[in-house]
Amino acid sequence: MRAPADLKIAAGDVLLAVENVSLSFGGVKAIRDISFDIRKGEIRAIIGPNGAGKTSMLNVINGFYTPQQGRITFKGKTRAKMRPHDAAAGGIARTFQNVALFRGMTALDNIMAGRTLCMKRGLFWQALRFGPAMKEEVEHRRYVEEIIDFLHIQHIRKTQVGRLPYGLQKRVELGRALAMEPDLLLLDEPMAGMNLEEKEDMSRFILDVNQHFGTTIALIEHDMGVVMDLSDRVVVLDYGRKIADGTPDEVKRNQDVIDAYLGVAH
Amino acid sequence: MFYREAGQYKTTYSADQAVFPILQDRIGIFVILLLAFVVVPMTVSGFVLSSVLIPIMVFALAAIGLNLLTGYTGLLSLGTGGFMGVGAYACYKLTTFFPDVNIIVLILASGLFSAAIGALFGLPSLRIKGFYLAVATLAAQFFLSWCFVRVPWLYNYNVSSAIEVPTRTAFGVHVTGPNATPVTRYLVVLSIVVLLTWIASNLVRGRIGRMWMAVRDMDIAAELIGIKLYQTKLIAFAISSYFCGVAGAMMIFLWFGSAEADSFSITQSFLVLFMVIIGGLGSLLGSFFGAIFILGLPIMLRTLPELFGLTIRAATVEHLQFMITGALIIVFLVIEPHGLARLWQIGKQKLRVWPFPY
Amino acid sequence: MDLLYKIFADPFIQMGHAPDLLLQTLWEGLVGGMLYALIALGFVLIFKASGVFNFAQGIMVVFAALTLVGLHAKGVPAFLALGLTIGVMFVLAVAVERLVLRPLVNQPDIILFMATFGLTYFLIGLGELVFGGDPKVMIASELYLPKGAIDWKVFGGFVSFQKIDIAAAVIASVMVATLAVFFQKTRIGRALRAVADSHKAALSVGISLNQIWVVVWFTAGIVALATGIMWGARSNVSFALEIIALKALPVLILGGFTSIPGAIVGGLIIGIGEKIGEFYWGPLFGSGIESWLAYMIALVFLLFRPQGLFGERIIERI
Repeated sequence: MRAPADLKIAAGDVLLAVENVSLSFGGVKAIRDISFDIRKGEIRAIIGPNGAGKTSMLNVINGFYTPQQGRITFKGKTRAKMRPHDAAAGGIARTFQNVALFRGMTALDNIMAGRTLCMKRGLFWQALRFGPAMKEEVEHRRYVEEIIDFLHIQHIRKTQVGRLPYGLQKRVELGRALAMEPDLLLLDEPMAGMNLEEKEDMSRFILDVNQHFGTTIALIEHDMGVVMDLSDRVVVLDYGRKIADGTPDEVKRNQDVIDAYLGVAH
Repeated sequence: MFYREAGQYKTTYSADQAVFPILQDRIGIFVILLLAFVVVPMTVSGFVLSSVLIPIMVFALAAIGLNLLTGYTGLLSLGTGGFMGVGAYACYKLTTFFPDVNIIVLILASGLFSAAIGALFGLPSLRIKGFYLAVATLAAQFFLSWCFVRVPWLYNYNVSSAIEVPTRTAFGVHVTGPNATPVTRYLVVLSIVVLLTWIASNLVRGRIGRMWMAVRDMDIAAELIGIKLYQTKLIAFAISSYFCGVAGAMMIFLWFGSAEADSFSITQSFLVLFMVIIGGLGSLLGSFFGAIFILGLPIMLRTLPELFGLTIRAATVEHLQFMITGALIIVFLVIEPHGLARLWQIGKQKLRVWPFPY
Repeated sequence: MDLLYKIFADPFIQMGHAPDLLLQTLWEGLVGGMLYALIALGFVLIFKASGVFNFAQGIMVVFAALTLVGLHAKGVPAFLALGLTIGVMFVLAVAVERLVLRPLVNQPDIILFMATFGLTYFLIGLGELVFGGDPKVMIASELYLPKGAIDWKVFGGFVSFQKIDIAAAVIASVMVATLAVFFQKTRIGRALRAVADSHKAALSVGISLNQIWVVVWFTAGIVALATGIMWGARSNVSFALEIIALKALPVLILGGFTSIPGAIVGGLIIGIGEKIGEFYWGPLFGSGIESWLAYMIALVFLLFRPQGLFGERIIERI
């Protein structure tokens, strides 16, 4: 059904690389000297026990946290830190561990908000909502409707997202990220709190996004079955350190990983 | 039975995104505008026009302005009175410098000055949030109030330190000053309010409105999808202040006829904030409801005892009015914290399913 | 150039020439700041425990003072009136908890904030309806508060200390110390700190929120009464005092909404800064800069330290 993992790796260039990144809050070291890369077109999983620094890593990648050390190279450009706006404008989209939707807005408006960066008409035309502004609005609405179709959420278009069940909120959030037409999609526990059926749906969406749009995906996930099935390569973090990096099979056999997950007698 | 959208299909996205997608609503708004522009000026007395309808319009516009900032962008401001004042004083100076220019143009232009001042005092909004910001906007309120007293240039060095509205015209008709008829003033106020309300509704439904609401609902996520927080907040401050400024200019030029610094005190800020909360945060229609409610309340409280044939001392009435207003606000918040706009929605919903609510 | 000199040099030269005047101004500022600090303290107590930004705190000050004076004017002996006023503040606390906080629990902050506006209006109306709106004189001597002034000869001039101000300083210090002990050592104090940290966690270990709210609003009422007595003794008791409540808000920015030491230090800084500014720089701008100077000080301060003096730096998570 999908291309063998090794083929893809051979085909991809490095889209994003983090080198020797360290991040601490006061005395707490969240990330210690981590390096890894994400190649174009792959699904890259970041796993590790709670508190391993996975979410912090995503926050560094899209510029929400500023690392004390290290470099980030994205699309060939190297920098000490990302800025949230640059990350978004450069094509990094994101979903969040605890759904971070705009609760007071409808599902449609949430996804339309994802198109903000693509919309150009200024204040004047916006105020009149006429001519070019209206044309632009309709154009983007059409694109957003395609995403809505893709995710099967037509029926909740005009519902305030705050009232939606959790699974649907996760879907709308994915829709908002897709609306940005990202090159790199960061998914922070996209399947947390879902039942089996919802997980299958979400896995389907992730694979579809990866294959049809060619979007590179980095995801954090605790469900090992999902991780092993979906991802091309896996990086494993523990206590802010990288302990393993490789294909799912390699990682599965890694002694450090087994120790980290099962605990080890000292 | 008569009010439902069943059977009204949309075939284009632009039709689906219209202000009033339902036919009955479109008819309704047409009837209301017809009443407001044609029937009211012909039937209602000048006294009611200038002491009830004009005030409601003016305050509704100010409330819309504050609502854009507080209800849509989530930034609490207590400086509304000051920003209204900037509009009024700017308009006064403009009429001094350009005596021959159409007064409507000047009123609309005066809002630009308060937009600039508003953006200036919005600068701290990047660093601080919530109540801290509210207190910071009080700085604007007190500083501007002080300027209106202490900078004589603003009131052309009048000994009374008040501004007296000069007679100005638009299209050859007296619009301001003692010669302007209530009907003219009412029509000018109404036109400006309708125009600006339409613009506000365009803004909140488009890209800018979504940016505002995104910042309100979750600023971090908004930043990560590429919305520039600072810019968005400053635009909100500027546009909100523009609306307040125009409302302030209209208040003095088309309603009061003269003004002193006291007309733009902190009391005014609170009054407008009340209207926004009571009317409903994040609802333009609610701003009108709020203005009607808050301005109507004292009138009701004054006339009710008379209806029952009671005579109460004027001072007591005033004290009672304070107590009742306070109590009503609390009661109202307890019953419907989302404001009159929510009640309106619920009412419409009931109407949609009437007479078979199952 | 001349203006720069007037702003940056002249005031300091004046200070150097008349150190006694400087001392006097500092003292006045200190006393004013103390009263700001007390009002801010009431705000902080309530904000910590119930998350309500209590706009009515300033009005509670006036309402308490007015009740005290009003009762005395109706023939109640001074100390009985004091006791009764404390009773009234308790009733107010219970009423607020029952009629405002409980029905509005879990509503957004701004709704609760607006409700305290309603409370403000209600208290103004009630106070004036019962006791009349005319300014009244505080019954300072009946409560055995000292009168007159002590002159202290220094720097070839003298500094004059009003005895009532000294008394105010003592009372304020005692009250703050008592509150500190109350919070640290008693069961209710512990519960209160727990509630301030997390409402839900406190509820889950069986702390009654409703009881805590009454305690906190009552405490804030007592603080308001003390503030009202002292402020009233320095000027008159009328709702014009309302303005001091607004004056206390910059103190909160400076000190942070949740820090009691912040409220005290912030109050003193604002009080002193305001008096010095008005006295030495005021004439330059035309008088009346007192009305906004405190806000400007607070605002400039905020730009450099958004979390306030004692507030903790917040790490945002997502």
